[in-house]
Amino acid sequence: MSPQPQKAVGSPLSRVDGRLKVTGQADYAVDHDVPGAVHAVVVDSSIALGRITGIDTSAAESHPGVLKVITHRNAPRLVYRDNPVSNNPRGRRLRVFQDDQILFFGQPVAVVVATTIETAQHGASLVDVSYEARQPTTDLAGRPGDPLLNYARGDTEAALASAAVRLDREFHLARNHHNPMEPHGTIASWDGDKLTLWDKTQYVIGVQNEAAAVFGIPVENVRVISPFVGGAFGSALRTWPHVAIAALAAREMGCPVKLALSRRQMYFTVGYRPRYQYRLRLGADRQGRLTAMAHEPTYETSNHETFWEATLFLGQMLYNVPNVSQTLRTVSLDVNTPLWMRGPGFSSTSFCIEVAMDELAHELGIDPVELRLRNEPTKDLSTGLPFSTRRLRECFQTGAQEFGWGRRNPKPRSTRDGDWLVGTGVATGCYDTRRARAEAHARLDAGGTAVVQSAASDAGPGTYTSMTQVAADALGLAVREVEFRLGDTTMPPAPPQGASQLMASVGSAVQDTCDKLRLQAIRLAVGDQRSPLHGVRPDDVVVIAGRLQVKDKPARGETYRQLLARNNLTHLEANGGYTPPAETPYSMYGYSAVFAEVGVDARLGLVRVRRMLSVYDAGRIISPKLADSQALGGMIGGIGMALLEHTVTDHRDGRIVNANLADYLVPVNADIPELRAIYLDGDDRKADPIGVKGLGELVKVGVAPAIANAVFHATGRRVHELPITAEALL
Amino acid sequence: MYPFSYTRASDLRTALRAGADGGRYVAGGTTLVDLMRETVERPGTLVDISGLPLREVTATKGGGLRIGALMRMAEIAAHPTVRALYPVISQALELSASAQLRNMATIGGNVMQRPRCTYFRDVTAACNRREPGTGCGAREGFNRTHAILGTSEQCVATHPSDVAVAFAALEATVHLLGPAGERTVAFADFLLRPGSTPQREQDLRPGELITAVEIPAQPRPLRSGYLKVRDRQSYEFALTSAAVALHVRAGVIRSAKVAAGGVGTVPWKLSAVEQRLIGARPSEALWAQAAEVAAEGAHPLAHNGFKVELLKRTVERQLRVVGGTR
Ligand SMILES: Cc1cc2nc3c(=O)[nH]c(=O)nc-3n(C[C@H](O)[C@H](O)[C@H](O)COP(=O)(O)OP(=O)(O)OC[C@H]3O[C@@H](n4cnc5c(N)ncnc54)[C@H](O)[C@@H]3O)c2cc1C
Repeated sequence: MSPQPQKAVGSPLSRVDGRLKVTGQADYAVDHDVPGAVHAVVVDSSIALGRITGIDTSAAESHPGVLKVITHRNAPRLVYRDNPVSNNPRGRRLRVFQDDQILFFGQPVAVVVATTIETAQHGASLVDVSYEARQPTTDLAGRPGDPLLNYARGDTEAALASAAVRLDREFHLARNHHNPMEPHGTIASWDGDKLTLWDKTQYVIGVQNEAAAVFGIPVENVRVISPFVGGAFGSALRTWPHVAIAALAAREMGCPVKLALSRRQMYFTVGYRPRYQYRLRLGADRQGRLTAMAHEPTYETSNHETFWEATLFLGQMLYNVPNVSQTLRTVSLDVNTPLWMRGPGFSSTSFCIEVAMDELAHELGIDPVELRLRNEPTKDLSTGLPFSTRRLRECFQTGAQEFGWGRRNPKPRSTRDGDWLVGTGVATGCYDTRRARAEAHARLDAGGTAVVQSAASDAGPGTYTSMTQVAADALGLAVREVEFRLGDTTMPPAPPQGASQLMASVGSAVQDTCDKLRLQAIRLAVGDQRSPLHGVRPDDVVVIAGRLQVKDKPARGETYRQLLARNNLTHLEANGGYTPPAETPYSMYGYSAVFAEVGVDARLGLVRVRRMLSVYDAGRIISPKLADSQALGGMIGGIGMALLEHTVTDHRDGRIVNANLADYLVPVNADIPELRAIYLDGDDRKADPIGVKGLGELVKVGVAPAIANAVFHATGRRVHELPITAEALL
Repeated sequence: MYPFSYTRASDLRTALRAGADGGRYVAGGTTLVDLMRETVERPGTLVDISGLPLREVTATKGGGLRIGALMRMAEIAAHPTVRALYPVISQALELSASAQLRNMATIGGNVMQRPRCTYFRDVTAACNRREPGTGCGAREGFNRTHAILGTSEQCVATHPSDVAVAFAALEATVHLLGPAGERTVAFADFLLRPGSTPQREQDLRPGELITAVEIPAQPRPLRSGYLKVRDRQSYEFALTSAAVALHVRAGVIRSAKVAAGGVGTVPWKLSAVEQRLIGARPSEALWAQAAEVAAEGAHPLAHNGFKVELLKRTVERQLRVVGGTR
């Protein structure tokens, strides 16, 4: 097949769904107008451990407009089949209203169904639950950790013992919540034993399988619709209990039920980035070459489920370290289960490694950029595999140049601007390139427009737009002639929109599908005696602006419309997909070099980021404007992680103290200075057919340590705890 | 939210009557409605006073100001007379909340706002202010943002207002109108420390309405300003803050008005700091020496010990900003 010119891919398009969103016409989960729907509001537990001894629902039930109150006392038994498909971690997931046990603070204990949302809310506040509370353990330090994973190469202890320079540090990272703008919510509607769910999700197939498992019905009986998602950052990768509650309530009521979580409830049952305690020891020679790294990360999980995230990858592959040991522990607490949050595992680990690298650089008097370059590996030491592409060196070189790193005075506390101490810092970012099986369907209509679909989701990165771009070029159509649809289980299957795998996977599936469709049209033309293309080798035909033509003789050709009309066809269609190879002989990661400049008020301890630059090695950039949205969003998220975000638990009773957006601080516009993203011009075909390496997760990794290192450079104070607040710097 | 009835008062008399009947005044609604949603507040009747004619800034004799209780925060901040005479007031307002809130919120409501303590606002937590006798969740809980001054066994919540700190510094008076007529209360006496009755937050009798806040005339020239220290650059309550107004004549400080926010259960007047300033000549050393006593009497809790030092530094900084360096 002749390669198609790339016109849409690589051009800075605005979101194709942007107008819908800014004019309020994009329907998010609970926005859908489902006739006859009633409203449900969840009642949460106000203890973290124990059991329910009584539930008085009489006040709620007698309130006008309240239709029903469902609790474990009147709820039907649910099947809860095992379900390995829906990102459920190992363990026993929470089963809604099946018993009187309380496992964590904010656990749903009842649901109130009413004619209006206001009535349901008031009804929920009238439900009087009594408990027998036991002392919960919610503090990471409160229980010993259970070993989850180990890794070792070489002899780390011996290498540490004989290292010329050694560092032994302990890091503490606060729990963070995803806090998407759109709260989680679901509408459930039954038709016999068939269930339709309008849900906020990054994985419609995950919700479909979980709902089927909970109710013990065939997977095909569940349809999940999720065309728009107002942000998620990972929180919608699982099917949380409220989805089952909505479906349960709808079944009990015999009519559709709408259920949205409140902002407060968003801190209880939809996951979070776990709190970490991380001991890191490293050894190096005097030239700064690492000889050993010993990692002992510990993070929190729930008592009922064992959460896993990618905490160990970076320590194994990021630098050229011959001796590595890792012991990952989890601490099981009386809390809800964590869930992957942007740059999961990598963001947390990178903070520890990259701050330690900065300390090493300082101790040895080596420039922090130079130190990283000295530790560049030539292959992935964890697998022995070569890198598909690894251009971290270029990231640092370009970044140093553009950021003006060369002008930096390495001495801490050497630069002042009025009351502010100014410092710069740098860190490496890295995230693995994942791919998964994905399918797509494309249909070319007689009018010369196309519809392409796949059951992907778009939680904000701009999947609608980027897939449209890939499809438009593959079909030789203008962007406005192609419509991409997603977010419905009736569409061909797609993986979750997480772990930055969607572009590579669904993008490759869309490419394959549209290539097939184009080829079908080309074959039809070259085999059609009435076509000007009759007899031409299919390989010599390209499609440009909806016109099939001989590559070297563009005058010879015809349009899709002419071709289909003459053949009396209403449309052509094709199915395609992408299956990653069972084994890839490469180590595949995206990389970045992150540079930050901060000001620290010398007396008041306030930290404000002054500018930031990241340079990415992320393969091909399909949609530069959307890539910038991702990059800036990632940097902003990183500023939050570094300086503000902190879910606080009161360990006396396991209560989350700051379960609202006034007390859980995220950056506001005034905190965001000049941010800049540069992408190395790349194309990694070893990673996947469209040459991308994933961006959405990578952009968060390395930001917090770059800021922390800049704070050290500004003040001479090394902080090993996130977030970095004024009290650490006074 | 509990069901409630709603009436709009067309004039002061109907407002007072509805207030006397147990109605709860609502002005901008920016904080009362929030608290009703959280069921912290459960008024049976709301009396909307936003249409009452209490929306003027008037200059009083000698350079004082009278600010109508229903003036919006944004209106006051932008008011030319306020900006010219009392930058400390407009700055405190501009550093409060968000533009949207400032467009709705009134000065009466601002002074009356209730604590931001998360235990107070979480109806499942213990709180003596919300439910007397249930205990204080914050005292032994997470209290990073709580008060270090004016606390009691019963309560450690700060008064959250910024502009009230400026009012406290400038020794404002509160004009009240109630069933029994008009009265005025010194600002320092209007907002109450929690003591053993934390549920009593103001010296306000049933049915009484704030009609205005009055700033007494100050000796001129007067330089003033407000500094707010917080984790993020905007849209957050103060960790610490300082309102400072100085009158310097012939190189000597003749009048000093200083108060701090974010640290007290009420806006905290820093008389000891003022005493060290009056009669002295502005200098870096003086600012430091005066600020040294800013946290006198502080009782830090487990997580807010840093506020002691931060308060001193905040006051020192703002003295320098307003009083100038050397
Ligand atoms: C997210 C957020 C952030 C905020 N940040 C800040 C901040 O940084 N700094 C700051 O200072 N404030 C801040 N605020 C508080 C804000 O300033 C107040 O909500 C506002 O000033 C209240 O005014 P209102 O007119 O809306 O009062 P309402 O909500 O209408 O009323 C509040 C209370 O005052 C009573 N009341 C109102 N008017 C009168 C009157 N004339 N006489 C007697 N009683 C009266 C009401 O009965 C009620 O109890 C913030 C608020 C929010 C929601």
